[in-house]
Amino acid sequence: MKARAFSYFRAATIDQALDAHARAGDDARFIAGGQSLVPALSLRLQAPRLLIDITHIDELRGVRREGGYLRIGALTRHCEMLTEASIAESAPLLHVAAPFVAHPAIRNRGTIGGSVALADPASEFPAMTLALDAEIEIVGPSGRRRVKADDFFIDLFETALQPGELIAAIHVPLFRADQRFAFDELARRRGDYALVGCGIMATCQGSRIEDIRISFFSVGNTPTRVKGAERALIGARLDVERIAAAQRALECDLAPPEGDEVPPAMRLHLARVLLGRLLGRLGEGA
Amino acid sequence: MSGFDETLLGEADETVRVRFVVNGRKVACEVAPRETLVDCLREKLELTGTHAGCEMGACGACLIQLDGRAVHSCLIFAVQADGARIDTIEGLSESGVIADLQAEFHRRNALQCGFCTPGMLVNAEELLSLVAQPSREQIRDALSGNYCRCTGYEAIIDAIYAVAKARSGGVTT
Ligand SMILES: Cc1cc2nc3c(=O)[nH]c(=O)nc-3n(C[C@H](O)[C@H](O)[C@H](O)COP(=O)(O)OP(=O)(O)OC[C@H]3O[C@@H](n4cnc5c(N)ncnc54)[C@H](O)[C@@H]3O)c2cc1C
Ligand code: FES
Ligand code: FES
Repeated sequence: MKARAFSYFRAATIDQALDAHARAGDDARFIAGGQSLVPALSLRLQAPRLLIDITHIDELRGVRREGGYLRIGALTRHCEMLTEASIAESAPLLHVAAPFVAHPAIRNRGTIGGSVALADPASEFPAMTLALDAEIEIVGPSGRRRVKADDFFIDLFETALQPGELIAAIHVPLFRADQRFAFDELARRRGDYALVGCGIMATCQGSRIEDIRISFFSVGNTPTRVKGAERALIGARLDVERIAAAQRALECDLAPPEGDEVPPAMRLHLARVLLGRLLGRLGEGA
Repeated sequence: MSGFDETLLGEADETVRVRFVVNGRKVACEVAPRETLVDCLREKLELTGTHAGCEMGACGACLIQLDGRAVHSCLIFAVQADGARIDTIEGLSESGVIADLQAEFHRRNALQCGFCTPGMLVNAEELLSLVAQPSREQIRDALSGNYCRCTGYEAIIDAIYAVAKARSGGVTT
């Protein structure tokens, strides 16, 4: 199928993009990598009047350290997560998650801003912004603000982003020597969306967990932090009993949807298995 | 400050002029904004080596090189590529950069109907430009977004593996 007709505008600055959106009466879409939007247009799931290409806006590009954070420009492509040294050093969780996102050619175009804006509950990066306690920098008609990932994902494909607002960057707290991380997902085939996936960021003192953030994807309507499991681990050493306690806590933390191709009980089981593996790995790093 | 001309909104299906460098040659053509690059290449520029399969990013038949990187030409509108350098299977064949891959695919029967082959070759070329000696596992992984309904993949992986070895000075078998 082919997309419905639309007009195309290539914005050179953020102001131009915001202005064009407003003047199209918000019947417009920003297009970044297009790896989710183009199929949606081709299938006529969406039919905006105007497409605003944001990929030529320099301000949305680049990765740099800034005030204790790594500022990752919205246009940073998935493939750059693999090659950019500052990401591997300062946001290694994104680096290890990247190979699981789609296929190489899609990673060549897809952007982190697009992935976070779309907030697909099966996507890797939105969930990792939660594990990382990242902040989303948003710019719109009413100015600029930073929203914590914890407050950004609201419901299925619904975020704190208002119509006509752009994600300018993702700010990730710089990785520190006392931190450990783990990531993995279970999928039918490599490159497929995960049946269940999880990323963990822990702050440790020796083998004791000082703080931990565990974020799952493909388990519900939004990326999901499992706070009961986190509580079961904070202040403890990662031994077999603790890991089992965290796995048990998932029952309350997660409520996978009914009526899905994967039954809720199976998803919960897979989540427990995955959490056990990841915490095991985290413990081995001690 | 705007740069945005509101009259644009009333002209949704009107064609706009785009320019690319396709396979080393400068070209210009008129496209409607909703025309995907794969349609533009096949219909306007008559470069039918790039195949359109699923037209939603799933099968990999439409892979081309955009500014040197493998991308799906069904997942980009031609207007977005205005000003870009595009290399299709025709250009890659003519220039000889993938001649060894093509010969090895041929030798090992790594194609039957050939529908998937242009995409496989574009993908394989990118992999070998990034990783000199990929393992079979890495090759499999890189091809995860390329469907082949005929060969069962093994011959394709064999061919790419053999070319990787040959390119890095090893012997092929
Ligand atoms: C076959 C296939 C498999 C895939 N597999 C996976 C997978 O396993 N995991 C995964 O995570 N993703 C997967 N994807 C999706 C891919 O990662 C997309 O690149 C990503 O979801 C969206 O990024 P984009 O830059 O392409 O956004 P686009 O498609 O350009 O835009 C997506 C949405 O975000 C909005 N948007 C884009 N940028 C901004 C911005 N800066 N500010 C505000 N709004 C913005 C757009 O308006 C649109 O609504 C897959 C895609 C395909 C086609
Ligand atoms: S036609 Fe582009 S991926 Fe199938
Ligand atoms: S050779 Fe027929 S699809 Fe691959």
